[in-house]
Amino acid sequence: MVTGLGAITPLGDDVASTWAALLAGQSGVRKLTESWADELPVRIAAPATADLASMISSRQLRRMDRCEQLALIAARQAWQDAGAPQVRADRLAVSVGSGVGGLGTTLEAYDTLKEQGWQRLSPFTVPMFMPNGPAAWIGIELGARAGVHAAVSACASSAEAIGYGMHMIRSGRADVVVAGGAEATILPFAIASFAVMRALSVRNDDPERASRPFDKARDGFVLGEGAGMIVLESAGHAARRGAVVHAVAAGVGYSADAYHVAQTAPDGAGSAQAIQRALADAGAQPEQVVHINAHATSTPAGDVAEAMAIQRAIGAPASRITVSATKSMTGHLLGGAGAVESIATICALRQSVAPPTINLEDPDDEIISAGIHVSAKPCEFRTASNPAVALNNSFGFGGHNVTLAFMTP
Amino acid sequence: MAMTEHEIFDGFAATVEEFAEKPASDVTPEADLVEDLDIDSLTMVEIIVSAQDKFGIEIPDADLKDLRTVQDVVDYVQRAQRSSVGA
Repeated sequence: MVTGLGAITPLGDDVASTWAALLAGQSGVRKLTESWADELPVRIAAPATADLASMISSRQLRRMDRCEQLALIAARQAWQDAGAPQVRADRLAVSVGSGVGGLGTTLEAYDTLKEQGWQRLSPFTVPMFMPNGPAAWIGIELGARAGVHAAVSACASSAEAIGYGMHMIRSGRADVVVAGGAEATILPFAIASFAVMRALSVRNDDPERASRPFDKARDGFVLGEGAGMIVLESAGHAARRGAVVHAVAAGVGYSADAYHVAQTAPDGAGSAQAIQRALADAGAQPEQVVHINAHATSTPAGDVAEAMAIQRAIGAPASRITVSATKSMTGHLLGGAGAVESIATICALRQSVAPPTINLEDPDDEIISAGIHVSAKPCEFRTASNPAVALNNSFGFGGHNVTLAFMTP
Repeated sequence: MAMTEHEIFDGFAATVEEFAEKPASDVTPEADLVEDLDIDSLTMVEIIVSAQDKFGIEIPDADLKDLRTVQDVVDYVQRAQRSSVGA
């Protein structure tokens, strides 16, 4: 059961504001005004605009990387949304992923090392850059002793972390799991590293229209940052305390392409397998699926492969499903993407409306021929069988494919 | 430049308050840095680096084990400043 949601994103400082902005079709993409951006080929990104200094103590600000701060804030929101459940410490777990961890800390610390010597490094440098840092801080704050885990699978990290959290509950290791992910890499080094792969949009003069999944004129993704957290809870525990259930976390499907370290397999076979496995794990039929929050990052190759994967996995019913690419608004949150998009998927399922895919002005021919339905406007679901299923796809460099299946309670 | 004992105490107490997030009333001369002020080893590194900057002295790691209380640090800083002034 999903009993709590928390998010801090380029579109809002919490779930309600993020979801409202998604439905309104707002873009979180901005021109970067920092001077370091002047020398880069990409000068746009989707930053989280929240004032973190007002949300956590000055000591935590100093001792935590930005991605850890984002994670902790989102986790606190999710915990409060769940009603701060009373749960035994040894029945409470954390499963929170990140693509790269505290990259900003790594870079700053390396500058300090070169310019001022080792003794000037913060003694908190290691806990700030380790990719399990976000999970660790949340675990400490909540006193989670059943286990604290951190999936690392690039842009699939937080979806994998949620899947792992589901397994923890099913296998009886925990009653409650805080699961999700965070990322904060709007840094010259990260932008340059993705830009040199030609993975990023260079639509610098038109930031709000740069992220355009499934559109003919897409030219790469836009880097975003933020965190998403959900509270997973066993059905029994949720029922005993009368928790509000947002959705059922019904299934997870994993696969790997074993094809290329940074390109998705062009036929989408691996991604299709993840979708099929998620449905099988949820005990659901393709006909029950009403909505898919696609990974769709706005790269030329990836979006087509995903459309083909959806068609391959779902078959004929795919044309009746509204597919949304919320990265058109949030940008790509890398290790935070799967969690933030799971929250969007759950909100969509609750309100029976798929968020729009903005900037979809001229759908790619190959998307059309794949037979999937993407809408530039919010789209209410058509007649759904009960219970209705919504899927969230997350794929990562390295060939990691994760699909999460959520169901109406 | 050598500071008075009182100035050193005030300066060090401010550092402890900042990094260990302790109220000024807890930071007494006889307070034990670990037992009374709950300063863990990483926070100790932050405090010592800050104190080195503030008082213009070096505190080698080997000397740290002798610095148990706030007064121990104050005395250490006073001796170190005097010896550097005398040199």
